[in-house]
Amino acid sequence: MCTYATVTTELEGSAKGPDSKWFHVTDGTVYFDHPVHAMAEHTLNIDFTDPSKGPSARVAVELTAQSARELVTAIEAALASAPEALKV
Amino acid sequence: MWIPLRAINPAVSDSLHAETIRIAGHGDDQVEAYISTSLHGETRGGVVVIHHMPGYDRSTKEIVRRFAELGYDAICPNLYYREAPGAAPDDAAATARANGGVPDERLIGDVAGAAAHLRSLANSNGKVGVIGYCSGGRQSVLAACNVDLDAAVDCYGAFVTGTPPEGFPLQVTNLVDQLPNLRCPLLGLFGNEDSYPSPEQVDELDQILTEHDKPHEFHRYDGAGHAFFSVDRPSYRVEAANDGWERIEAFYGTYLGS
Repeated sequence: MCTYATVTTELEGSAKGPDSKWFHVTDGTVYFDHPVHAMAEHTLNIDFTDPSKGPSARVAVELTAQSARELVTAIEAALASAPEALKV
Repeated sequence: MWIPLRAINPAVSDSLHAETIRIAGHGDDQVEAYISTSLHGETRGGVVVIHHMPGYDRSTKEIVRRFAELGYDAICPNLYYREAPGAAPDDAAATARANGGVPDERLIGDVAGAAAHLRSLANSNGKVGVIGYCSGGRQSVLAACNVDLDAAVDCYGAFVTGTPPEGFPLQVTNLVDQLPNLRCPLLGLFGNEDSYPSPEQVDELDQILTEHDKPHEFHRYDGAGHAFFSVDRPSYRVEAANDGWERIEAFYGTYLGS
């Protein structure tokens, strides 16, 4: 099914995108739905984007649900390992 | 000496023309569309193909050409053209999604514009059908409730009927209140292992259409879930897809033929 569910968030950072060029990331879109490329019926999809630069300013990932949970855990662990003073 | 096959058998329709054009969509917006027609201009019906949520992509354009080979002028409007003109299909789909998706009213206007374009072709017999897959299945039914069409095909569209699970952040409504307005016969093709639409939701759709005396024909496939027509996805089920294509050919032959 198409879930239609979409979660959006503002982001501040950079991503390496089309033509191996870095760009400023301002927005993230997260949704669990059909992937374009991953060999699964549904995946957790994340788009890192800068809408001001057009639709192609996007880094897309499609992860199985289990992989997505492991990524969340890894991100939390990495953040927890860093000194608070660095996380501003 | 080379002899065109059509000179041997005039019924052969696999000499095709395909191109990207602009049509007048909802609100008279100029919308990109992919069209495929016969090279020989024989009189034929038309089919509006509604692309799935991942976009106006290669596999959808292959479907458009298949309908042309089957004997119809076929067209697919790019539902994401306004948000992302000229973008790659996956980027356009991502942009449209981030912007909230395709409003129902706009979809209706774009399908109406595509149908009008098909009927304006010199070889049109005046009959136009619609078909959609996945999210497009729901949109096919939506169009058939609001646009002057001659036949509609719903391939496993979710939320035509059914109540979303509690807490489900649904951004679309079901079409139960619109089904009494269905304007043409409906062919429904569903996988019995699909959860959205579930077999129970297909039963509900069948029951509502029967109650309102709306002509419809449903086929349900064991061993198939969602998106069984998608030849490039793990969900592809060859037996269901092959039978489904035969059902579509017969259905459109009945309602869109000259």
